[in-house]
Amino acid sequence: MIQFEKFELANGLKVIVHQDSSTPMAVVNVLYNVGAKDEDPKKTGFAHLFEHLMFGGSVNIPVYDEPLQRAGGENNAYTTNDLTNYYCQIPAENIETAFWLESDRMLSLAFSEKSLEVQRKVVCEEFKEHYINKPYGDAWHKMRELAYTKHPYRWMTIGASLAHVEDAKMQDVKDFFFQFYRPNNAILVVTGNVTTAQVKQLAEKWFAPIAAGKLYQRDLPAEPVQQKSRSMDVRADVPLDMLMMTWHMGGRMDARYHATDLLTDVIGGGATSRLYEQLIKVKQIFSSIDCYHFGAVEPGLVVIEGKLVKGVTMSVAEKAVMDEIEIIKNTLMPMNEVQKVINKTESLICFEDMSIMNRAHSLAFYELLGDANLMNQELEKYQLVTPEILKQTAQEIFQDNHRNTLYYYSKS
Amino acid sequence: MALDRLLAPVIKDAIDFDIQLKPYQHFVLDNQVEVYTYEGGAEEVMLMDMVFFAGNTYEQKNWVAAATNFLLKNGTTQKNAFEINEAFEFYGAHLSRNCYNETATIALHCLTKYFKEVIPIVGELIAEANFPEKELMIYQQNLIQRLSLNLKKGDFIANRLIDEYLFGIDHPYGKYALEQDYRNVNKEDLHCFYDTYYKQGKCIIFMAGKFPGNMQELLNNNIGQLPLNKKEIPAVMHPIVSATQKKYSVINDAESVQGSIRIARHFPNRHHPDFAPTQVLNNIFGGFFGSRLMRNIREDKGYTYGIHSYLQNHVQSCAWMISTDAGKDVCKPTMEEVYKEMKKLREELVEIDELKLVKNYMLGGLLGDLDGPFQIIGRWKTYILNDLNEEYFYKTIDIVRAIQPEELKALAEKYFQPEDFYELVVY
Repeated sequence: MIQFEKFELANGLKVIVHQDSSTPMAVVNVLYNVGAKDEDPKKTGFAHLFEHLMFGGSVNIPVYDEPLQRAGGENNAYTTNDLTNYYCQIPAENIETAFWLESDRMLSLAFSEKSLEVQRKVVCEEFKEHYINKPYGDAWHKMRELAYTKHPYRWMTIGASLAHVEDAKMQDVKDFFFQFYRPNNAILVVTGNVTTAQVKQLAEKWFAPIAAGKLYQRDLPAEPVQQKSRSMDVRADVPLDMLMMTWHMGGRMDARYHATDLLTDVIGGGATSRLYEQLIKVKQIFSSIDCYHFGAVEPGLVVIEGKLVKGVTMSVAEKAVMDEIEIIKNTLMPMNEVQKVINKTESLICFEDMSIMNRAHSLAFYELLGDANLMNQELEKYQLVTPEILKQTAQEIFQDNHRNTLYYYSKS
Repeated sequence: MALDRLLAPVIKDAIDFDIQLKPYQHFVLDNQVEVYTYEGGAEEVMLMDMVFFAGNTYEQKNWVAAATNFLLKNGTTQKNAFEINEAFEFYGAHLSRNCYNETATIALHCLTKYFKEVIPIVGELIAEANFPEKELMIYQQNLIQRLSLNLKKGDFIANRLIDEYLFGIDHPYGKYALEQDYRNVNKEDLHCFYDTYYKQGKCIIFMAGKFPGNMQELLNNNIGQLPLNKKEIPAVMHPIVSATQKKYSVINDAESVQGSIRIARHFPNRHHPDFAPTQVLNNIFGGFFGSRLMRNIREDKGYTYGIHSYLQNHVQSCAWMISTDAGKDVCKPTMEEVYKEMKKLREELVEIDELKLVKNYMLGGLLGDLDGPFQIIGRWKTYILNDLNEEYFYKTIDIVRAIQPEELKALAEKYFQPEDFYELVVY
């Protein structure tokens, strides 16, 4: 159970405080409710590029990192399709430095041309390192475009193409900032050796003077229900054939979310999962295979992906996976298998909650979903999942009309 | 009064923090296995990290140490691989194995309440692993496939080659497995290595987190009665045979859009008086986000997504490594900038202000690194395995606090000599 207190400033900034006096450290986490899904389809990759620009100096502070490092702090950030999250860990005694830095870049960036020019290049190198100069690096670009026709999950956070990043203009940067990086579109979480009174005082001092922005009304195009399975062949200079399949699933707040999460664990989460045991160990059709899901806010995808053992054909591999899926859809899972994945999840939650950093990330994420306290109800929701619910969930998700398949062939 | 945002809040310098390494508890099992523990934390979880002296230093044949470590979880006289995995996973426990140069580990992460359920299985793995033929065959097949995939990646090739140049292909720090090495290992090799280095081998246990009340008893019943510590660790000497050629350029993929750059030189181990002060110099040079290499090559020129330098943490002999992936057309200027930054540190004194920042960053980071029971026992583990004690911890802190620009310049003059560095780009 993670205890916390919550309050809101007059400008709409939500603030959450979790006190842990056993540590000398504190974490200051600012989540902005904007991700790649909020981008213009012609200017993708922008939320992520923007994350880089947030380190290029703010209106009153030329360099973000230096004063933080001087105070013994460290920081980083990440962008997903749903959100952008900035966090720093700092000795609790120096926490005001983090408030000073974070509030100044929420107030306004410096909008330096030099920073934009350099970070465009850095992001292009990141794009190359992760998505071009890597075997199968383009698989997810292709799969997202196959599985989504309308919804902005169609593109990855890094962007649909290098050109979009290369073309970013200063005016785009400014517009993006003043549309999304406003206090009423953000959640501030402070964890560690702090008190609520102290955080209240600091938040009032540093964040309250920042004017609220126009409230962003998210209106994303919904993905129409898929009527027919889709597939795509890829041939590339990779050593092994790969099979990747996806099916549509509900969003993070969907009633079936916890069952879906457990289901993917049963199917392909580790060494006792169905696919690992049957297809890697018993039948030796795949050399690696996993099942997982997006865990995204909006309706995401359940994924099965694996590399084929050399000499096995794609159709044999595909059939072997589908046979396992049929078993999951048509038979009740033994109770101890369900108990196993619930126990694994309980363990995962406990280990995750060990650090004040993870607690800060989780509190911010659940607050984004609507209520930070959802974090404390997760285990209970998993424990309510039964073999019957898992079977129904499998039948709903694994419909052939809803399937997208990428046949990724080795040229050699 | 209006808020003055130009004025930074007052800070306490991290060099003034009172940083303590909290002491461990220690006890010995009936079979003389030593156990180091640190109890604490808010969550009901724990870690048991068993260290065996079973690294690749001791193998006679390439890849045997790593394969033994991996496969000891894939069958015992009582259970097959699936049953073993199930026995851990049912309780949400996770058993990981890792093989290093001197040591190999078996680490158990579990909920405190289930320790008693899973500790007997750990004991079984150390006493009765039987390495089924079929498990070895599947593992070989899958590793050969994974290798073919990795060999497509420039950074993978670069990491292998730079270690080979530094230490030699026959040295534990320089060697790596080829497809043929995977094929050459058989069941007997594994059995033989297992009997000597695990079943009767030297073992040290590190534990952290929340413990059940009868933890010592459970450990003694399940591990303390095994025939461990029966064999002396053999004294093995592997001479370092460094390459004579210093500069390399390898084309792995003609279509590659980036080059993986590695620049490295030999460096002594932790016991050398230069090791601790050089950590400060390394941080200034390329050890963190605000380092000179990052500010120049990423933040000013945009040649790369990241560039880092670090001292390897080998027990015997280390290397100082600079590592980055840069755009294909900017690999050469990237390397030139690296040497320029070395030259600057050789010729110019570091500004007091920059040095203070790095000191604060390092000590603040240390405070964070020691936050939590797993982190504390991890630090102790490093010290104990490297034959160091808490004196080393406090001495290192004092060195970081006290070091002056002149000493850093002297270190740079000593170690930043371009002719001492190996240099490699893999496209």
